[in-house]
Amino acid sequence: MPLANPLMVDHLLFERDDRNVFEPINFTVDAGDILQIEGANGAGKTTLMRLLTSALQPTSGSILYQGEDIRRCRYEYLANILYIGHQSGLKMTLTAEENLSWMSPATCSGDDIRAALAEVGLRSYEDVPCHNLSAGQHRRVALARLLTSTATIWFLDEPFTAIDKQGVATLEALMRNHVDAGGCLLLSTHQDLALDGVRKYCVEPHKQRSLR
Amino acid sequence: MNNIGFLAYLRRDLLLAYRRRGEAASPLMFFLLVSTLIPLGVGPDSARLAELAPGIIWVMALLATLLSTEGLFAADHQDGTLEQMLISPQLVVMPVLGKVAAHWLVTGLPLTMVSPLIGLMLSLPEIAIVPMMISLAVGTACLSLVGAVGAALTVSLRKGGLLLSIVVIPLYTPVIIFGSATVQTAIDGINWLPPLAVLLAMLCAAIALCPLAIAGALRLVNSN
Amino acid sequence: MASSKGWTWFYRLGSPRWFYETTGRWLPWLGAVTLLLISIGLVWGLGFAPQDAKQGNSFRIIYLHVPVSFLALAGYYLMAIAGAIGLVWRMKLSYVVMKSAAPIGAALTFLALFTGAIWGKPTWGTYWVWDARITSMLILLFLYLGVLALQYAFHSQEAGSKAGAILALVGTINIPIIYKSVDWWYTLHQPATIKLTSAPSMHPDMFQPLLVMIAALYCFYALALILFTRAEILRRERDATWVRDLALQAESSRENE
Repeated sequence: MPLANPLMVDHLLFERDDRNVFEPINFTVDAGDILQIEGANGAGKTTLMRLLTSALQPTSGSILYQGEDIRRCRYEYLANILYIGHQSGLKMTLTAEENLSWMSPATCSGDDIRAALAEVGLRSYEDVPCHNLSAGQHRRVALARLLTSTATIWFLDEPFTAIDKQGVATLEALMRNHVDAGGCLLLSTHQDLALDGVRKYCVEPHKQRSLR
Repeated sequence: MNNIGFLAYLRRDLLLAYRRRGEAASPLMFFLLVSTLIPLGVGPDSARLAELAPGIIWVMALLATLLSTEGLFAADHQDGTLEQMLISPQLVVMPVLGKVAAHWLVTGLPLTMVSPLIGLMLSLPEIAIVPMMISLAVGTACLSLVGAVGAALTVSLRKGGLLLSIVVIPLYTPVIIFGSATVQTAIDGINWLPPLAVLLAMLCAAIALCPLAIAGALRLVNSN
Repeated sequence: MASSKGWTWFYRLGSPRWFYETTGRWLPWLGAVTLLLISIGLVWGLGFAPQDAKQGNSFRIIYLHVPVSFLALAGYYLMAIAGAIGLVWRMKLSYVVMKSAAPIGAALTFLALFTGAIWGKPTWGTYWVWDARITSMLILLFLYLGVLALQYAFHSQEAGSKAGAILALVGTINIPIIYKSVDWWYTLHQPATIKLTSAPSMHPDMFQPLLVMIAALYCFYALALILFTRAEILRRERDATWVRDLALQAESSRENE
């Protein structure tokens, strides 16, 4: 699973309605790295995450996956990343199990799915339609994807929102296991992580933005 | 991973529609209800109704499809599944086609199935029933595809529904022309296959081109 | 590097400032030519061209109706092409052109329908018939309105432009289909009483002023498009220094007077 030189971001800029969102972004992520993306509200953390997952196209600069621009190896790259954003991506009329198996690789068996749900503390909630679950539980269903996914690079946008203390501990253990196995993790959160070896990268709002 | 294409989206959207059967049935109810308004408006004279029937049935089917098209991508956009779909490692056109196919199965197909009933109520000659059903089946598939382009373009807008109709109704005109013409020629006792063939050709073109426009529109909406 | 040099004109074309300054130099000339052609065409067409044998003087409305109808359709293609250039090369100026072309095109389409209706009354005794060409023109108007409405519905200018461009492209593919369908529809339902086939051959004396008017209206279209585009450029670039300098210059020259 460890990749050589998984992710390199070089002088990344993004314009929205003719305005640069942030100062040029530069960083490198190696196998086993945890990169915490910080920045004030509105600095562009989510925008950066969405650029990294190719949901947005950068105005200039490049994102390199194993040394190759992700626009060139798009599908190879997308097959190896996992993105969990603000929105949980759950269908409220489906059950927790249906939702997770829908979002998981086709190779996952029903047992894998149920085991993953049990791991995130949703044992015996498998058959409950999601509209009967709480916000924190929705989050947990989405985060159970971390267990079923085979992706090497994780992008987690505010993963701790609405999650209780014990859930945070579970999540941190998951993250630890992932990077120990040579995966890498980029997450945006304001919370300090109880993990060591976390590097931080601060997204600065673009300087011209306030002038215009 | 995330290797989910046409069939997966088709199956999921059908399951979602099944879980919300009441909502999924509303275009059908609309079709039935509005069609019963027509005799109340123009009078019960069956000769006159028969004359208007092809046009009425087609316009009502078009409006019923349009009503349900608005929600095609809206829920996915709100709950974040749309974003996941766009960053899944596959061509976006396949899931898009899956979703449109599911939409047709829960709107166009039921409309086609109940259309004989409405034909009966509007005194449509029996000879035209089969051509009407075939033309509706093909035509509503076109409408779903073209409507999906509009639905994708307007999905992020709050007053999207009204705008959607402004955007797609002009694009619907060829479908309604050849759809109702198929029925009309059958009533007139002429060979109704030529207009149906044109409708089929339009469907083929729509299957080839619309998913590209839909995928482009969804990417655009998602990037803002 | 040679290839990149060959493309500099293309990228310079994408600079709103360059466009504004260059077209500023063309405007007086273009305006003069437009005015001249319109005057010649109108005087010739309305005053000197012979009367129509059947329609009398009422046929003279074609000197407006025909060129306007041409431009209404051509304008849609221009709008769609501008949108496509914007989508492919991410050229902002072409979105501005697209946005400017939409209201002009819609107005021309409306004018074509309006002059058609005025012409229709004395000719066929009614303002409106569901003729193939009239119906197509009406649908074209709806297509324009769709693009216009969609562009303005988005908060983000960029999103509005891109959405408009996609819709314009879809419309472009659809226009031939719509026109052919409507033609066919009309032959299917053609009422026997009204025959709208215009004279297949026009007398040269009638035709020459029409050519002048077509040229005049093309110039007018270019003029209107440039003016709309310039106004939109100023609006979008209002925070840029060159626009501020321009505004300051204009203000100081007014004070000097």
